[in-house]
Amino acid sequence: MNKVITTNDFISKLEDGMTIGIGGWGARRKPMSLVREICRSNLKDLTLVSYGGPDIGLLSSCKKIRKLIFGFVSLDLIPLDSHFRNARQSGELPEVVEIDEGMLQWGLRAAGMNLPFLPTRVGIGTDVLKNNPHIKFVESPYDDKEKLVAMPAIKLDVALLHVNESDEKGNTLIFGPDPFFDDLFARAASNTFVSTEKLVDSTSFDKEKVANYNRFERNLVSGIIPDEGGAHPTACNPSYGIDLDHLKEYSKSAKTFDEYQEKYLFVDEATYKKNVGGIKSITSIPLTKF
Amino acid sequence: MADQFTISEVCICEAAKVWKDDGEILATGIGLLPRIAVGLAKKLHNPNLMMTDGEAFLIDQPHPLGVGAEPCVDGYMTYSRVFDVLWSGARHAMVTPTQIDKYAHLNISSIGNYAQPKVQLLGVRGFPGNSISHRNSIFIPNHSKKVFVEGSVDMVSSVGFDADGVEPLIGKVITNLGIFDYQGNKNTLRLLSIHSTSSLDEIRDNTGFDFEIFSTDETTNPTKDELDIIRNELDPNNLRSSVIGE
Repeated sequence: MNKVITTNDFISKLEDGMTIGIGGWGARRKPMSLVREICRSNLKDLTLVSYGGPDIGLLSSCKKIRKLIFGFVSLDLIPLDSHFRNARQSGELPEVVEIDEGMLQWGLRAAGMNLPFLPTRVGIGTDVLKNNPHIKFVESPYDDKEKLVAMPAIKLDVALLHVNESDEKGNTLIFGPDPFFDDLFARAASNTFVSTEKLVDSTSFDKEKVANYNRFERNLVSGIIPDEGGAHPTACNPSYGIDLDHLKEYSKSAKTFDEYQEKYLFVDEATYKKNVGGIKSITSIPLTKF
Repeated sequence: MADQFTISEVCICEAAKVWKDDGEILATGIGLLPRIAVGLAKKLHNPNLMMTDGEAFLIDQPHPLGVGAEPCVDGYMTYSRVFDVLWSGARHAMVTPTQIDKYAHLNISSIGNYAQPKVQLLGVRGFPGNSISHRNSIFIPNHSKKVFVEGSVDMVSSVGFDADGVEPLIGKVITNLGIFDYQGNKNTLRLLSIHSTSSLDEIRDNTGFDFEIFSTDETTNPTKDELDIIRNELDPNNLRSSVIGE
Protein backbone atom coordinates (compact mmCIF):
# COMPACT_ATOMS: atom_id res chain seq x y z
CA MET A 1 0.00 0.00 0.00
CA ASN A 2 1.37 3.38 -0.98
CA LYS A 3 -0.63 6.53 -0.25
CA VAL A 4 2.11 9.00 -1.18
CA ILE A 5 0.74 11.55 -3.64
CA THR A 6 1.90 14.78 -5.27
CA THR A 7 0.43 18.18 -4.50
CA ASN A 8 -1.25 18.11 -7.92
CA ASP A 9 -2.91 14.79 -7.02
CA PHE A 10 -4.00 16.37 -3.76
CA ILE A 11 -5.61 19.39 -5.42
CA SER A 12 -7.33 17.14 -7.97
CA LYS A 13 -9.17 15.38 -5.12
CA LEU A 14 -10.79 18.64 -3.97
CA GLU A 15 -13.91 20.23 -5.43
CA ASP A 16 -15.63 23.59 -5.29
CA GLY A 17 -18.01 23.89 -2.35
CA MET A 18 -16.39 21.20 -0.23
CA THR A 19 -16.24 21.35 3.59
CA ILE A 20 -12.60 21.25 4.62
CA GLY A 21 -11.29 20.93 8.18
CA ILE A 22 -7.76 22.11 8.95
CA GLY A 23 -5.83 20.65 11.89
CA GLY A 24 -3.31 22.37 14.12
CA TRP A 25 -4.14 25.32 16.36
CA GLY A 26 -3.57 29.06 15.81
CA ALA A 27 0.01 29.38 14.54
CA ARG A 28 0.96 25.84 15.52
CA ARG A 29 1.40 22.82 13.23
CA LYS A 30 -0.86 24.00 10.43
CA PRO A 31 -0.63 22.19 7.07
CA MET A 32 0.32 25.51 5.46
CA SER A 33 1.80 24.13 2.23
CA LEU A 34 -1.51 22.38 1.50
CA VAL A 35 -3.33 25.62 2.33
CA ARG A 36 -1.05 27.51 -0.06
CA GLU A 37 -1.80 24.94 -2.78
CA ILE A 38 -5.51 25.67 -2.32
CA CYS A 39 -4.71 29.38 -2.61
CA ARG A 40 -2.87 28.66 -5.88
CA SER A 41 -5.75 26.57 -7.27
CA ASN A 42 -9.05 27.58 -8.89
CA LEU A 43 -11.05 26.07 -6.04
CA LYS A 44 -13.81 28.27 -4.67
CA ASP A 45 -16.83 28.48 -2.33
CA LEU A 46 -15.24 26.34 0.37
CA THR A 47 -16.59 25.81 3.87
CA LEU A 48 -13.64 25.91 6.28
CA VAL A 49 -13.51 24.48 9.79
CA SER A 50 -10.51 25.44 11.90
CA TYR A 51 -8.97 26.40 15.22
CA GLY A 52 -7.93 29.33 13.10
CA GLY A 53 -4.53 30.77 12.36
CA PRO A 54 -2.85 32.03 9.19
CA ASP A 55 -4.57 29.20 7.29
CA ILE A 56 -7.85 31.08 7.63
CA GLY A 57 -6.22 34.46 7.03
CA LEU A 58 -4.62 33.37 3.76
CA LEU A 59 -7.74 31.62 2.49
CA SER A 60 -9.78 34.72 3.42
CA SER A 61 -7.54 37.06 1.47
CA CYS A 62 -7.54 34.63 -1.48
CA LYS A 63 -11.36 34.68 -1.34
CA LYS A 64 -11.66 30.91 -1.14
CA ILE A 65 -14.09 30.84 1.78
CA ARG A 66 -17.86 30.87 1.41
CA LYS A 67 -18.48 29.86 5.01
CA LEU A 68 -16.21 29.70 8.04
CA ILE A 69 -16.92 27.55 11.11
CA PHE A 70 -14.59 28.71 13.87
CA GLY A 71 -14.06 29.63 17.52
CA PHE A 72 -11.21 32.08 17.00
CA VAL A 73 -8.57 33.19 14.54
CA SER A 74 -5.19 34.08 16.06
CA LEU A 75 -1.51 34.09 15.17
CA ASP A 76 -0.56 33.26 18.78
CA LEU A 77 2.39 35.63 19.17
CA ILE A 78 0.36 38.23 17.28
CA PRO A 79 -3.09 38.00 18.88
CA LEU A 80 -5.22 38.88 15.84
CA ASP A 81 -4.98 37.92 12.16
CA SER A 82 -5.14 41.03 9.95
CA HIS A 83 -6.31 39.11 6.87
CA PHE A 84 -9.25 37.53 8.62
CA ARG A 85 -10.11 40.89 10.21
CA ASN A 86 -10.05 42.57 6.81
CA ALA A 87 -12.34 39.95 5.35
CA ARG A 88 -14.85 40.35 8.19
CA GLN A 89 -14.67 44.14 8.38
CA SER A 90 -15.07 44.57 4.63
CA GLY A 91 -17.99 42.13 4.57
CA GLU A 92 -16.15 39.88 2.12
CA LEU A 93 -16.57 36.72 4.15
CA PRO A 94 -20.07 35.60 3.14
CA GLU A 95 -20.99 33.48 6.15
CA VAL A 96 -19.56 32.77 9.58
CA VAL A 97 -20.56 30.17 12.15
CA GLU A 98 -18.77 31.45 15.24
CA ILE A 99 -19.03 28.93 18.08
CA ASP A 100 -17.30 28.09 21.35
CA GLU A 101 -14.13 26.03 20.87
CA GLY A 102 -15.72 23.27 22.91
CA MET A 103 -18.75 23.23 20.61
CA LEU A 104 -16.37 22.91 17.67
CA GLN A 105 -14.78 19.94 19.41
CA TRP A 106 -18.23 18.45 20.08
CA GLY A 107 -19.32 18.94 16.45
CA LEU A 108 -16.24 17.16 15.11
CA ARG A 109 -16.58 14.43 17.72
CA ALA A 110 -20.25 13.86 16.83
CA ALA A 111 -19.31 13.54 13.16
CA GLY A 112 -16.57 11.04 14.01
CA MET A 113 -19.01 9.03 16.12
CA ASN A 114 -21.68 9.03 13.38
CA LEU A 115 -24.07 10.89 15.68
CA PRO A 116 -26.37 13.72 14.54
CA PHE A 117 -25.40 15.83 17.56
CA LEU A 118 -23.87 15.82 21.02
CA PRO A 119 -25.55 17.55 23.95
CA THR A 120 -23.86 20.35 25.86
CA ARG A 121 -24.71 23.39 27.95
CA VAL A 122 -22.12 25.45 26.12
CA GLY A 123 -23.55 28.35 24.16
CA ILE A 124 -26.58 28.91 26.37
CA GLY A 125 -27.11 32.55 27.28
CA THR A 126 -24.75 33.88 24.60
CA ASP A 127 -25.01 35.38 21.13
CA VAL A 128 -23.48 32.18 19.73
CA LEU A 129 -26.99 30.73 19.70
CA LYS A 130 -28.62 33.99 18.63
CA ASN A 131 -26.31 34.22 15.62
CA ASN A 132 -26.66 30.53 14.76
CA PRO A 133 -30.38 29.73 14.82
CA HIS A 134 -29.66 26.44 13.05
CA ILE A 135 -28.27 25.13 16.37
CA LYS A 136 -31.25 23.68 18.24
CA PHE A 137 -32.02 22.51 21.76
CA VAL A 138 -32.81 19.05 23.06
CA GLU A 139 -34.51 18.07 26.33
CA SER A 140 -32.95 15.46 28.56
CA PRO A 141 -35.22 12.38 28.50
CA TYR A 142 -34.31 11.71 32.15
CA ASP A 143 -35.87 13.08 35.31
CA ASP A 144 -33.79 16.25 35.20
CA LYS A 145 -35.53 17.31 31.91
CA GLU A 146 -32.69 19.73 31.37
CA LYS A 147 -32.76 21.80 28.21
CA LEU A 148 -29.45 21.32 26.44
CA VAL A 149 -27.82 22.56 23.26
CA ALA A 150 -27.77 19.85 20.55
CA MET A 151 -24.46 20.65 18.91
CA PRO A 152 -24.83 19.31 15.35
CA ALA A 153 -22.17 17.07 13.83
CA ILE A 154 -19.66 18.93 11.67
CA LYS A 155 -19.10 16.44 8.85
CA LEU A 156 -16.05 17.15 6.74
CA ASP A 157 -15.45 16.17 3.15
CA VAL A 158 -11.75 16.55 3.72
CA ALA A 159 -9.36 17.06 6.64
CA LEU A 160 -5.87 18.53 6.16
CA LEU A 161 -3.22 17.77 8.77
CA HIS A 162 0.53 18.21 9.18
CA VAL A 163 2.61 15.62 11.06
CA ASN A 164 6.26 14.99 11.91
CA GLU A 165 6.63 11.54 10.39
CA SER A 166 4.61 9.20 8.24
CA ASP A 167 5.19 5.98 6.38
CA GLU A 168 3.74 5.25 2.92
CA LYS A 169 0.72 3.55 4.43
CA GLY A 170 -0.36 6.58 6.47
CA ASN A 171 0.93 5.56 9.88
CA THR A 172 1.70 9.00 11.29
CA LEU A 173 3.57 10.34 14.30
CA ILE A 174 3.01 13.75 15.90
CA PHE A 175 5.93 14.65 18.19
CA GLY A 176 4.72 18.16 19.06
CA PRO A 177 3.74 18.66 22.70
CA ASP A 178 0.05 19.02 21.85
CA PRO A 179 -1.71 16.82 19.27
CA PHE A 180 -4.54 19.40 19.32
CA PHE A 181 -7.76 18.04 17.78
CA ASP A 182 -6.19 16.48 14.69
CA ASP A 183 -7.59 13.03 15.49
CA LEU A 184 -11.12 14.47 15.64
CA PHE A 185 -10.65 16.18 12.26
CA ALA A 186 -9.47 12.88 10.75
CA ARG A 187 -12.45 10.99 12.18
CA ALA A 188 -14.96 13.65 11.06
CA ALA A 189 -13.71 13.59 7.45
CA SER A 190 -14.48 11.36 4.47
CA ASN A 191 -10.87 11.82 3.34
CA THR A 192 -7.81 13.02 5.23
CA PHE A 193 -4.71 14.36 3.52
CA VAL A 194 -1.56 14.60 5.59
CA SER A 195 1.59 16.54 4.85
CA THR A 196 4.61 15.17 6.68
CA GLU A 197 8.00 16.59 7.63
CA LYS A 198 9.58 13.21 6.93
CA LEU A 199 8.53 10.17 4.94
CA VAL A 200 9.97 7.21 6.81
CA ASP A 201 9.94 3.46 6.76
CA SER A 202 7.71 2.39 9.64
CA THR A 203 10.18 -0.34 10.54
CA SER A 204 12.33 2.57 11.78
CA PHE A 205 9.56 3.76 14.14
CA ASP A 206 10.63 3.76 17.74
CA LYS A 207 8.21 1.24 19.22
CA GLU A 208 8.02 3.02 22.55
CA LYS A 209 7.16 6.27 20.83
CA VAL A 210 4.52 4.88 18.49
CA ALA A 211 2.15 4.24 21.35
CA ASN A 212 2.11 7.88 22.38
CA TYR A 213 2.66 9.69 19.12
CA ASN A 214 0.49 7.77 16.64
CA ARG A 215 -2.71 9.73 17.26
CA PHE A 216 -5.09 8.21 14.69
CA GLU A 217 -5.25 5.11 12.52
CA ARG A 218 -3.87 4.85 9.01
CA ASN A 219 -7.20 3.75 7.58
CA LEU A 220 -8.35 7.35 8.08
CA VAL A 221 -5.54 8.64 5.85
CA SER A 222 -6.18 8.92 2.10
CA GLY A 223 -3.04 10.66 0.94
CA ILE A 224 0.44 11.52 2.20
CA ILE A 225 2.34 14.53 0.88
CA PRO A 226 6.00 14.58 2.03
CA ASP A 227 6.94 18.19 2.73
CA GLU A 228 9.71 19.24 5.08
CA GLY A 229 8.94 22.74 6.35
CA GLY A 230 5.31 22.35 5.26
CA ALA A 231 3.96 24.00 8.41
CA HIS A 232 5.93 27.23 7.87
CA PRO A 233 5.30 29.98 9.00
CA THR A 234 3.54 28.10 11.82
CA ALA A 235 5.44 25.96 14.32
CA CYS A 236 6.22 22.26 13.94
CA ASN A 237 7.84 21.15 17.20
CA PRO A 238 10.42 19.80 17.72
CA SER A 239 11.74 20.76 14.26
CA TYR A 240 11.01 24.50 14.20
CA GLY A 241 9.08 27.26 15.97
CA ILE A 242 6.76 30.00 14.73
CA ASP A 243 8.42 32.31 12.17
CA LEU A 244 7.48 35.58 13.84
CA ASP A 245 9.28 37.72 11.24
CA HIS A 246 7.32 36.08 8.46
CA LEU A 247 4.05 36.46 10.37
CA LYS A 248 4.81 40.18 10.73
CA GLU A 249 5.38 40.45 6.96
CA TYR A 250 2.20 38.44 6.39
CA SER A 251 0.25 40.67 8.80
CA LYS A 252 1.40 43.84 7.04
CA SER A 253 0.39 42.36 3.69
CA ALA A 254 -3.33 42.35 4.49
CA LYS A 255 -3.64 45.75 2.82
CA THR A 256 -1.05 45.20 0.09
CA PHE A 257 -1.69 41.56 -0.60
CA ASP A 258 -0.49 41.65 -4.23
CA GLU A 259 3.13 41.86 -3.20
CA TYR A 260 2.82 38.94 -0.77
CA GLN A 261 0.97 36.86 -3.35
CA GLU A 262 3.58 37.60 -5.98
CA LYS A 263 6.39 36.47 -3.71
CA TYR A 264 4.79 33.52 -1.93
CA LEU A 265 1.63 32.33 -3.67
CA PHE A 266 2.11 32.94 -7.40
CA VAL A 267 5.16 30.67 -7.15
CA ASP A 268 5.37 26.94 -6.55
CA GLU A 269 6.05 25.51 -3.10
CA ALA A 270 9.75 24.92 -3.80
CA THR A 271 10.15 28.59 -4.71
CA TYR A 272 8.15 29.57 -1.62
CA LYS A 273 10.63 27.72 0.56
CA LYS A 274 13.51 29.42 -1.26
CA ASN A 275 11.87 32.84 -0.87
CA VAL A 276 11.54 32.42 2.89
CA GLY A 277 15.23 31.57 3.19
CA GLY A 278 15.39 27.89 2.36
CA ILE A 279 14.60 24.74 4.31
CA LYS A 280 17.69 25.08 6.51
CA SER A 281 16.58 28.50 7.62
CA ILE A 282 13.08 27.16 8.39
CA THR A 283 14.37 24.26 10.46
CA SER A 284 16.68 26.58 12.39
CA ILE A 285 13.83 28.77 13.67
CA PRO A 286 14.03 28.33 17.45
CA LEU A 287 11.11 26.70 19.22
CA THR A 288 8.59 29.24 20.43
CA LYS A 289 8.35 29.98 24.15
CA PHE A 290 4.83 30.73 25.27
CA MET B 1 5.36 48.10 53.14
CA ALA B 2 7.32 49.29 50.15
CA ASP B 3 7.10 52.99 49.41
CA GLN B 4 7.43 52.86 45.64
CA PHE B 5 5.29 50.72 43.38
CA THR B 6 3.31 50.98 40.17
CA ILE B 7 -0.39 50.44 39.47
CA SER B 8 0.55 47.34 37.44
CA GLU B 9 2.12 45.93 40.59
CA VAL B 10 -0.95 46.84 42.65
CA CYS B 11 -3.11 45.05 40.09
CA ILE B 12 -0.89 41.96 40.05
CA CYS B 13 -0.93 41.71 43.85
CA GLU B 14 -4.70 42.10 44.05
CA ALA B 15 -5.22 39.73 41.09
CA ALA B 16 -3.11 37.04 42.76
CA LYS B 17 -5.46 37.00 45.75
CA VAL B 18 -8.43 35.78 43.66
CA TRP B 19 -7.01 32.23 43.67
CA LYS B 20 -6.31 32.22 47.41
CA ASP B 21 -9.13 29.94 48.52
CA ASP B 22 -9.54 27.89 45.35
CA GLY B 23 -7.71 24.79 46.55
CA GLU B 24 -6.31 22.34 44.01
CA ILE B 25 -7.62 23.66 40.69
CA LEU B 26 -6.24 24.84 37.35
CA ALA B 27 -5.41 28.56 37.43
CA THR B 28 -5.24 30.24 34.03
CA GLY B 29 -4.11 33.83 33.59
CA ILE B 30 -4.62 34.97 30.02
CA GLY B 31 -2.42 37.93 29.18
CA LEU B 32 0.75 39.21 30.75
CA LEU B 33 -0.47 40.65 34.07
CA PRO B 34 -2.91 37.81 34.85
CA ARG B 35 -0.11 35.37 34.08
CA ILE B 36 2.26 37.04 36.52
CA ALA B 37 -0.61 37.11 39.02
CA VAL B 38 -1.09 33.33 38.77
CA GLY B 39 2.61 32.88 39.49
CA LEU B 40 2.39 35.15 42.53
CA ALA B 41 -0.73 33.31 43.73
CA LYS B 42 1.09 30.00 43.45
CA LYS B 43 4.16 31.28 45.30
CA LEU B 44 2.39 33.24 48.01
CA HIS B 45 -1.27 32.35 48.47
CA ASN B 46 -2.06 28.87 47.19
CA PRO B 47 0.80 26.45 46.46
CA ASN B 48 -1.72 23.75 45.48
CA LEU B 49 -2.73 25.55 42.28
CA MET B 50 -2.07 23.82 38.98
CA MET B 51 -0.67 26.06 36.25
CA THR B 52 0.47 25.53 32.66
CA ASP B 53 3.49 26.59 30.64
CA GLY B 54 1.16 28.19 28.07
CA GLU B 55 1.70 25.29 25.71
CA ALA B 56 0.86 21.74 26.80
CA PHE B 57 2.38 21.02 30.20
CA LEU B 58 1.64 21.61 33.86
CA ILE B 59 4.55 23.22 35.66
CA ASP B 60 5.56 22.93 39.27
CA GLN B 61 6.73 26.52 39.67
CA PRO B 62 6.12 29.67 37.61
CA HIS B 63 9.08 30.47 35.41
CA PRO B 64 10.32 34.04 34.87
CA LEU B 65 8.79 35.74 31.84
CA GLY B 66 10.88 36.48 28.78
CA VAL B 67 14.12 34.86 29.91
CA GLY B 68 13.63 31.47 28.23
CA ALA B 69 13.97 29.44 31.41
CA GLU B 70 13.06 25.76 31.25
CA PRO B 71 10.17 25.16 33.62
CA CYS B 72 9.94 22.08 35.80
CA VAL B 73 7.19 20.03 34.17
CA ASP B 74 5.05 17.93 36.49
CA GLY B 75 2.02 17.14 34.36
CA TYR B 76 0.39 17.27 30.96
CA MET B 77 -2.33 19.69 29.89
CA THR B 78 -3.16 19.67 26.19
CA TYR B 79 -5.96 21.86 24.85
CA SER B 80 -8.22 18.83 24.74
CA ARG B 81 -7.56 18.21 28.44
CA VAL B 82 -8.15 21.86 29.29
CA PHE B 83 -11.74 21.35 28.11
CA ASP B 84 -12.11 18.18 30.16
CA VAL B 85 -10.95 20.11 33.21
CA LEU B 86 -12.96 23.24 32.63
CA TRP B 87 -16.23 21.40 32.04
CA SER B 88 -15.72 19.79 35.45
CA GLY B 89 -15.48 23.25 37.00
CA ALA B 90 -11.97 22.78 38.43
CA ARG B 91 -10.56 25.98 36.95
CA HIS B 92 -10.45 29.70 37.67
CA ALA B 93 -9.37 31.91 34.78
CA MET B 94 -8.52 35.59 34.62
CA VAL B 95 -9.40 37.14 31.29
CA THR B 96 -9.37 40.54 29.61
CA PRO B 97 -12.50 41.17 27.54
CA THR B 98 -12.71 44.10 25.13
CA GLN B 99 -16.16 44.99 26.49
CA ILE B 100 -18.07 44.22 29.70
CA ASP B 101 -21.57 45.33 30.70
CA LYS B 102 -23.84 45.58 33.74
CA TYR B 103 -24.90 41.92 33.40
CA ALA B 104 -21.22 40.84 33.35
CA HIS B 105 -21.49 39.82 29.72
CA LEU B 106 -18.02 39.78 28.19
CA ASN B 107 -17.14 40.39 24.55
CA ILE B 108 -13.97 39.22 22.78
CA SER B 109 -15.63 38.57 19.43
CA SER B 110 -16.31 41.75 17.51
CA ILE B 111 -17.36 45.39 17.82
CA GLY B 112 -20.23 46.86 15.84
CA ASN B 113 -22.72 45.20 13.55
CA TYR B 114 -22.14 41.45 13.66
CA ALA B 115 -22.72 40.87 9.94
CA GLN B 116 -19.91 43.29 9.09
CA PRO B 117 -18.11 44.29 12.27
CA LYS B 118 -16.39 47.62 12.65
CA VAL B 119 -13.64 45.79 14.51
CA GLN B 120 -13.15 42.04 14.28
CA LEU B 121 -11.52 40.65 17.41
CA LEU B 122 -10.46 37.11 18.33
CA GLY B 123 -13.78 35.23 18.22
CA VAL B 124 -15.61 33.80 21.24
CA ARG B 125 -12.91 31.18 21.91
CA GLY B 126 -13.98 29.17 24.97
CA PHE B 127 -15.81 32.03 26.71
CA PRO B 128 -19.36 30.63 26.40
CA GLY B 129 -18.35 27.35 28.02
CA ASN B 130 -15.97 28.90 30.53
CA SER B 131 -18.65 31.28 31.79
CA ILE B 132 -21.08 28.49 32.73
CA SER B 133 -18.45 26.03 33.96
CA HIS B 134 -16.05 27.80 36.29
CA ARG B 135 -15.20 31.06 37.99
CA ASN B 136 -13.72 33.85 35.90
CA SER B 137 -12.03 36.97 37.20
CA ILE B 138 -11.43 39.93 34.98
CA PHE B 139 -8.49 42.23 34.44
CA ILE B 140 -9.02 45.52 32.60
CA PRO B 141 -5.88 47.61 31.91
CA ASN B 142 -7.81 50.52 30.37
CA HIS B 143 -10.93 51.22 32.47
CA SER B 144 -13.14 53.38 30.25
CA LYS B 145 -16.66 53.66 28.86
CA LYS B 146 -15.42 51.85 25.76
CA VAL B 147 -14.80 48.81 27.96
CA PHE B 148 -17.50 49.23 30.64
CA VAL B 149 -20.18 49.91 28.06
CA GLU B 150 -23.57 51.50 28.44
CA GLY B 151 -26.28 49.00 27.47
CA SER B 152 -25.14 45.61 26.22
CA VAL B 153 -21.80 44.46 24.86
CA ASP B 154 -21.86 44.16 21.05
CA MET B 155 -21.44 40.38 20.92
CA VAL B 156 -22.37 38.46 24.06
CA SER B 157 -19.50 35.96 24.29
CA SER B 158 -20.25 34.75 27.82
CA VAL B 159 -23.27 34.20 30.02
CA GLY B 160 -24.51 37.16 32.06
CA PHE B 161 -26.71 37.58 35.12
CA ASP B 162 -29.77 38.10 32.91
CA ALA B 163 -29.64 34.55 31.46
CA ASP B 164 -32.37 31.96 31.99
CA GLY B 165 -31.36 29.00 34.13
CA VAL B 166 -27.61 29.60 34.03
CA GLU B 167 -25.51 32.09 35.91
CA PRO B 168 -21.90 33.18 35.52
CA LEU B 169 -19.40 32.80 38.34
CA ILE B 170 -17.57 36.11 38.39
CA GLY B 171 -14.68 36.57 40.79
CA LYS B 172 -13.01 39.95 41.08
CA VAL B 173 -12.86 42.67 38.46
CA ILE B 174 -9.49 44.36 38.69
CA THR B 175 -8.87 47.49 36.66
CA ASN B 176 -6.25 50.20 36.42
CA LEU B 177 -8.58 52.37 38.52
CA GLY B 178 -9.97 50.08 41.21
CA ILE B 179 -11.22 46.69 42.38
CA PHE B 180 -14.80 45.46 41.89
CA ASP B 181 -16.99 42.40 42.06
CA TYR B 182 -20.53 41.61 40.89
CA GLN B 183 -21.86 40.98 44.40
CA GLY B 184 -24.05 44.08 44.61
CA ASN B 185 -27.82 43.87 44.91
CA LYS B 186 -29.09 41.60 42.08
CA ASN B 187 -25.52 41.07 40.94
CA THR B 188 -24.75 44.69 40.26
CA LEU B 189 -21.14 45.72 39.75
CA ARG B 190 -19.79 46.84 43.11
CA LEU B 191 -16.77 48.99 43.92
CA LEU B 192 -14.51 47.47 46.61
CA SER B 193 -11.55 49.85 46.58
CA ILE B 194 -9.94 52.67 44.61
CA HIS B 195 -6.27 52.74 43.60
CA SER B 196 -4.21 55.57 45.11
CA THR B 197 -3.81 57.19 41.67
CA SER B 198 -7.55 57.29 40.96
CA SER B 199 -10.76 58.66 42.46
CA LEU B 200 -14.47 57.86 42.66
CA ASP B 201 -15.17 60.62 40.16
CA GLU B 202 -12.69 59.21 37.70
CA ILE B 203 -14.24 55.75 38.03
CA ARG B 204 -17.77 57.15 37.56
CA ASP B 205 -16.67 59.15 34.50
CA ASN B 206 -15.19 56.04 32.94
CA THR B 207 -17.93 53.48 33.63
CA GLY B 208 -20.88 53.32 31.25
CA PHE B 209 -23.37 52.00 33.81
CA ASP B 210 -24.32 52.42 37.47
CA PHE B 211 -22.44 50.50 40.12
CA GLU B 212 -22.79 50.09 43.86
CA ILE B 213 -20.24 51.32 46.31
CA PHE B 214 -19.20 48.86 49.00
CA SER B 215 -16.11 50.82 49.93
CA THR B 216 -14.10 53.78 48.67
CA ASP B 217 -11.02 52.74 50.65
CA GLU B 218 -7.68 52.87 48.96
CA THR B 219 -6.59 49.57 47.45
CA THR B 220 -4.13 47.69 49.66
CA ASN B 221 -0.52 48.54 48.94
CA PRO B 222 1.77 45.74 47.78
CA THR B 223 3.99 44.27 50.47
CA LYS B 224 7.75 44.03 50.15
CA ASP B 225 7.40 40.25 49.82
CA GLU B 226 4.98 40.56 46.93
CA LEU B 227 7.12 43.14 45.15
CA ASP B 228 10.30 41.11 45.60
CA ILE B 229 8.72 38.05 44.02
CA ILE B 230 7.26 40.02 41.11
CA ARG B 231 10.43 42.01 40.43
CA ASN B 232 13.09 39.39 41.07
CA GLU B 233 11.44 36.10 40.26
CA LEU B 234 8.39 36.42 38.01
CA ASP B 235 9.08 39.41 35.77
CA PRO B 236 12.74 40.43 36.07
CA ASN B 237 12.63 42.30 32.73
CA ASN B 238 9.70 44.47 33.83
CA LEU B 239 7.50 43.43 30.91
CA ARG B 240 4.57 44.40 33.14
CA SER B 241 5.36 48.08 32.71
CA SER B 242 4.06 48.02 29.13
CA VAL B 243 0.53 46.88 30.00
CA ILE B 244 -0.93 49.92 31.75
CA GLY B 245 0.10 53.32 30.46
CA GLU B 246 1.37 54.98 33.64
